[in-house]
Amino acid sequence: MIEFQDVHKAFGPKTVLDGLSLKIADAETLVLIGFSGTGKSVALKHIVGLLHPDAGDVIVDGKAVSTLDREGLTTLREGIGYVFQFAALFDSMTVAQNLELGLRRRRELSDEEIGDRVREALALVDLSGTEERLPAELSGGMRKRVGIARAIALRPRYILYDEPTTGLDPVTSAVIDRLMVRTREHLGVTGVVVTHDMRSAYTVGDRIAMLFEGRIRQVGTVAEIQETEDPVVRQFIEGRAE
Amino acid sequence: MIQAIGRRGVAAVEAIGRIGHFLLDMLRAVPDIRTWAGPAIVQMRRIGVDSIPVTLFIAAFTGVVLALQASYTFTGAVPMYFVGTLVGKTMMLELGPVLAGLALAGRVGASMAAELGTMKVTEQVDALETLAYDPQSYLVFPRVLAGTVMFPMIIAFAIATGIVTGWLTSLVLLDLSTIDFLKGLKLFYRFKDTWFGLLKSASFGATITLVGCMVGLATRGGAEGVGKSTTRAVVYSAVLLLLLDAFWAVVLL
Repeated sequence: MIEFQDVHKAFGPKTVLDGLSLKIADAETLVLIGFSGTGKSVALKHIVGLLHPDAGDVIVDGKAVSTLDREGLTTLREGIGYVFQFAALFDSMTVAQNLELGLRRRRELSDEEIGDRVREALALVDLSGTEERLPAELSGGMRKRVGIARAIALRPRYILYDEPTTGLDPVTSAVIDRLMVRTREHLGVTGVVVTHDMRSAYTVGDRIAMLFEGRIRQVGTVAEIQETEDPVVRQFIEGRAE
Repeated sequence: MIQAIGRRGVAAVEAIGRIGHFLLDMLRAVPDIRTWAGPAIVQMRRIGVDSIPVTLFIAAFTGVVLALQASYTFTGAVPMYFVGTLVGKTMMLELGPVLAGLALAGRVGASMAAELGTMKVTEQVDALETLAYDPQSYLVFPRVLAGTVMFPMIIAFAIATGIVTGWLTSLVLLDLSTIDFLKGLKLFYRFKDTWFGLLKSASFGATITLVGCMVGLATRGGAEGVGKSTTRAVVYSAVLLLLLDAFWAVVLL
């Protein structure tokens, strides 16, 4: 389970998270929505210790992330897959090498097992045969799918998706959504999806939480969010200017 | 006025703190051999083998010019075999390490800052961390180790090249015999000349790679940020290299 406990985070004078509290249960997919610049990605980065809170903490499997030493952080990260907004593939490596890098960190895997995992993960994202291609030779949608494959290949307990459909056409977005659903169904992982694409949120989420002014404005099932009477949440999900 | 001095003082202390923190983090990566060994070999090839052409090119012409300038200065006053002395001493103690170091600050330091800066702004460094790699072990330590090990080797080649071109110039253009050149070369030679130059080179290698990594990983913004980091890495490396050059001269000569 992942739990944000009264997390505060500021960058200079700008407060981004102002008492964020939220629980993400095992095997659920929680979608975190909110206006641009409200700190959704910042919240996500706290889960893997890429950022540390000014106050409060994030608890993953009973451990406070900010108190972990280097070894503890490594162990935590081995159980979490992270899909970056722009995929963040290593551009000097081939697709296969991108997937292998995280797997090679796991001492128990042989070269043959690593190869199998790479092929399996690429098949799951419908990218078999792209092993030797460089990220620059792939489209934006393909790069995002490789990013997801890189996370899946690790067989993590949690996958964090940072705006997985932003900048993609509707068809490719639907492909990514289906992929996230398939990942949850096949691997049973807990997912946290940061997005402002409501169609994607309704498709992949078990629950949706809206981040507003640094804290959770509302959290509920997809149906509850769709029927909300909160004016801020309504404005967001309907995409109204005012 | 007092406020401005105070702000600068605080900024300076913060910068020193950041450097200290960075160095400590890098040293903590040393036992993680499994992570840094592979990348270190790749970096040694990149820094070492790939830097040889430009370094030897500079050293070759420096040797020629040194021999000609020595002959021009000595004519009629000092025996010509001192050309060998001047070429050898200058290449070993100063021009070999410093000229090659400055050239490599541009080539190696800039490319590291640009590479790591691009990785930083495209979240590749964050991605590396989420894959349970420590950037200090995977990115920084291999580069600093490669720079520290390979710079003395490259500069040793550069020194040898400068001396050979100085000798060839003396033979062809100055009518100085090989025996006379070698006599001059050996005249005031001390083993310290060799290790001093190589020690200096190792410190240049460590400094240039450290600066390249630190500046690269501190990059913010997009392409403009990468550009600024690249320039900053070259300027800082060049300034530090000259300061180190003076430091070693004061301490060891």
